[in-house]
Amino acid sequence: MTPRDAELALPDGPAPHAHAVGHDGAEHHHASPTPIGFWIYLMSDCIIFGALFATYAVLGGSYAGGPAPKDLFEPGFVAIETALLLISSVTFGVAMLQAEKGRRDTTLMWLAVTGLFGAGFIGMELYEFRHLVHIGAGPDRSAFLSSFFALVATHGLHVTGGIIWLVTLMAQIRMHGLIEANMRRLSTLSMFWHFLDLVWIGVFSFVYLVRLV
Amino acid sequence: MLTETAQPSLSPIFGRLTLDWIPYHEPILVGTFAGVVLGGLLVLALMSYFRLWGPLWRNWVTTVDHKKIGIMYMILGFVMMVRGFADALMMRLQQAMAAGGVEGYLPPHHYDQVFTAHGVIMIFFVAMAFVTGLMNYVMPLQIGARDVAFPFLNNFSFWMTVAGALLVNISLFIGEFARVGWLAFPPLSGASYSTGPGMDYYLWALQIAGVGTTLSGINMIATVLKMRAPGMKLMDMPIFAWTSLITNVLIVAAFPVLTATLALLTLDRYLDFRFFTNDFGGNPMMYINLIWVWGHPEVYILIIPCFGVISEIVATFSGKPIFGYRTMVWATACIMVLSFVVWLHHFFTMGSGASVNTFFGITTMIIAVPTGVKIFNWLFTMYKGRVRLEVPMLWVIGFLVTFTIGGMSGVLLAVPPVDFQLHNTLFLIAHFHNVIIGGVVFAVYAAVTYWWPKAFGFRLDDTWGRRSFWFWFVGFYFAFMPLYALGLMGVTRRMNAYPDAGWQPYFIVAAFGAVLILLGILSTFAGFYVSIRDRKRLACGRDPWDARTLEWATQSPPAPYNFPEDIRIVGREAFWHMKQTGFKWSGHYRPIHMPKNTATGALISAAALVFGFAMVWYIWWLALLSFAAMLALGIAHTFNYNRDYHIPSDEVTATELKGAAA
Amino acid sequence: MSSHTHTASHGTMGQLMIGFGLAALLTIIPFGLVMGEVGISRSTLVGIIMGLGAVQILVHLVYFLHLSRSSEEGWTLSASIFAVIILAIVLAGSLWVMHNMNENMMPMPEMHRQIEQMKSLQAQEG
Repeated sequence: MTPRDAELALPDGPAPHAHAVGHDGAEHHHASPTPIGFWIYLMSDCIIFGALFATYAVLGGSYAGGPAPKDLFEPGFVAIETALLLISSVTFGVAMLQAEKGRRDTTLMWLAVTGLFGAGFIGMELYEFRHLVHIGAGPDRSAFLSSFFALVATHGLHVTGGIIWLVTLMAQIRMHGLIEANMRRLSTLSMFWHFLDLVWIGVFSFVYLVRLV
Repeated sequence: MLTETAQPSLSPIFGRLTLDWIPYHEPILVGTFAGVVLGGLLVLALMSYFRLWGPLWRNWVTTVDHKKIGIMYMILGFVMMVRGFADALMMRLQQAMAAGGVEGYLPPHHYDQVFTAHGVIMIFFVAMAFVTGLMNYVMPLQIGARDVAFPFLNNFSFWMTVAGALLVNISLFIGEFARVGWLAFPPLSGASYSTGPGMDYYLWALQIAGVGTTLSGINMIATVLKMRAPGMKLMDMPIFAWTSLITNVLIVAAFPVLTATLALLTLDRYLDFRFFTNDFGGNPMMYINLIWVWGHPEVYILIIPCFGVISEIVATFSGKPIFGYRTMVWATACIMVLSFVVWLHHFFTMGSGASVNTFFGITTMIIAVPTGVKIFNWLFTMYKGRVRLEVPMLWVIGFLVTFTIGGMSGVLLAVPPVDFQLHNTLFLIAHFHNVIIGGVVFAVYAAVTYWWPKAFGFRLDDTWGRRSFWFWFVGFYFAFMPLYALGLMGVTRRMNAYPDAGWQPYFIVAAFGAVLILLGILSTFAGFYVSIRDRKRLACGRDPWDARTLEWATQSPPAPYNFPEDIRIVGREAFWHMKQTGFKWSGHYRPIHMPKNTATGALISAAALVFGFAMVWYIWWLALLSFAAMLALGIAHTFNYNRDYHIPSDEVTATELKGAAA
Repeated sequence: MSSHTHTASHGTMGQLMIGFGLAALLTIIPFGLVMGEVGISRSTLVGIIMGLGAVQILVHLVYFLHLSRSSEEGWTLSASIFAVIILAIVLAGSLWVMHNMNENMMPMPEMHRQIEQMKSLQAQEG
């Protein structure tokens, strides 16, 4: 992503900690803009979610004679979804710590576990959507359900994107090892993954639980 | 053009695209199409004859150089301005004719597309392209950077913007464009009332271009935060770099709301969601609320970089540092936050009641204060300065006068009871053209004249520059002052004909003004042509205007690496101090680390264009295919770890020597 | 740019586990309150759920995303604060604006009744 993405050792090069800053002499080097750039992206994504939350807040009570949250939402089901996502966040954290110790295979193992938890979450979400559509509570039933589906599915699409990214990065780590470029990508993806878990806090609190009170 | 009928069956191959959607029975469109094809063929033939395809691909399409990308944004802006202005002329002609029962030459369904296309193009593909281009070109140079933070992303952002622009223009010849006004309020823009592909062209064009805009915003913020020359503190940056930073913060904060809002409308149209429908609990007013949450910051996204341009030019041509640097920065920062709490003034008449309207009326009046601070700062910069009335300065003075008038008519509209009288009248149209032409267009012209010598190594022709200014300036007043009057008489916007023949003289004067503006635009292009032809005569060195900021320390045009070596910056107006202290480059250069060109950005954007087209026409297989292509290209790109190279030191030395000799 | 910054910004196993523990606790409480159907008034319960959610977001920011005043010269923190301000404006503003509009809208049944009244008045006059 950056001009410096490749200014790094290839697989047989130095270990991840022995970085190569200034290998071409004393030309001034800026710190990588990737972390702050990606953080700003996350903030903009956050505002997309904000607009969807606002829509849910405004239209969430418009049932149009259709089913209401208490007819549809199962807190136990949402609790398991939440647990899957939270655990995946922690396993990613473990993967990141392993990567920093330079342990490629353990890192890959923990990343795979993370991906499986993420996939489990997506599976449950798809099941819930299918069920809702099946009982006639699809997004075309009312503005409430439209805003519910839009918000939760947007989050789900982000998680799906995260899984695709995860698989790609696993292949790249397998190919090149934990070189600096891959470490940067890993830490960027870790931000993304934790961010999605953070958005889910908003979803389970504001979309599900509050409406079940 | 096809009138919309009940949902015809979908072809598995072409979706809902049938021959009937090709407007071969519209003489205006056929003529335009013939012109575009002939012109296109001529360009293709010339390009092939002069063997320009290779250089175009290598040096421009795949470039990651922020300067070239900046220039391409400006070209996009000028090309789309011609398209958008053609729409404007058609509307002025129609309204000058269609009085008291006369129907004119544009039937409503055509006229409605024209005003929608005009608004969409002028905002998203002219004004946005211009300000993004300027920020791209100038800001990295001003902060002493080699390039932006993410050069590949910059290329990708540009081509996504182009893909959006192309999609809008494709709608001219295949199908139709939306007939809903530039912000496409539902329920009119919903599935029940806009059944044709026009609305879908609108949605996909804006979504595709919006991706580019948001990513470019992120890129520019990271550039300012991370890529400044060593020693340059934020408070040392030129005002234009500051306004770039703040504009891009606004882009990153506001455009996601647009993306979300348009996505919700898309869901309504494609998958029967019920956000903005009249039935099933939907609420069209929520769309209006959300779109203006984006829409008001958007107008500041357009004008704030222009404030930066004016600041740079006023300081240079007054021979003084900008007056009140700190107040300038803080005024801009205030506008950044305040622009998010005024959006309701666009729909006072919605009926949120007195308390809500009062709050937003007052915030709107407050936001005029920091803008006023800026106007005074510019005046005080000129005060007791040695003002040189070169062409850029003419535009600046035109800006100061015109923008102030436009700003004051905006404060009038901020008063809710007045707004109830003037809402959706031509008074409003006159107001926002007053600030966008008097503000954005004049400032962009000033900027183009000012930075052209930097970009190309020769000045723009003075005579044609002055002609262009006077035609635009006088033309603007002829074209829009009558609209203020008409608005006060109660003439509403977006009418293709009107019964009261007493209004006609005003419309004729306005049309005359539009013709003057046409002459202004023609003068601009004549000026470009003459200047390129006479480039030897107009050739100039690094610093033709005796300027004050860092971009003028580079060669004209700057080398690909901008600065041959790192410079330590101390204080503001770096270049002015360098000139005072007789700064010279060391002459002993190190190899320079540079990003490689890549075709990925252009390819993904091409796939995005196909995807947009396929979605508009319900060609599902193609949509799937092109989406998969976008994904695959993006992923493949991440497998390329070989993205940079070094310019050897003797090449740097040679380039610098050549630059010094020029 | 160096891997040092990476090492510094990803915390330790201990931090990760503290974060996990806190997050789990802050998740279990609201779910327990809702599923256990405890006898707290509706508005209090809503307040508790939202409050715990906000706290959990902070926990994630600190222990998982390692947001601090020092990361990236403070720019991540400034960006986050700005984003929170914008979010607050969009959410609260939309709710306020739309709520007021709904308040001022004439409810449909009442409108129908008034139309009927007008019709009958016209009929009497005519």
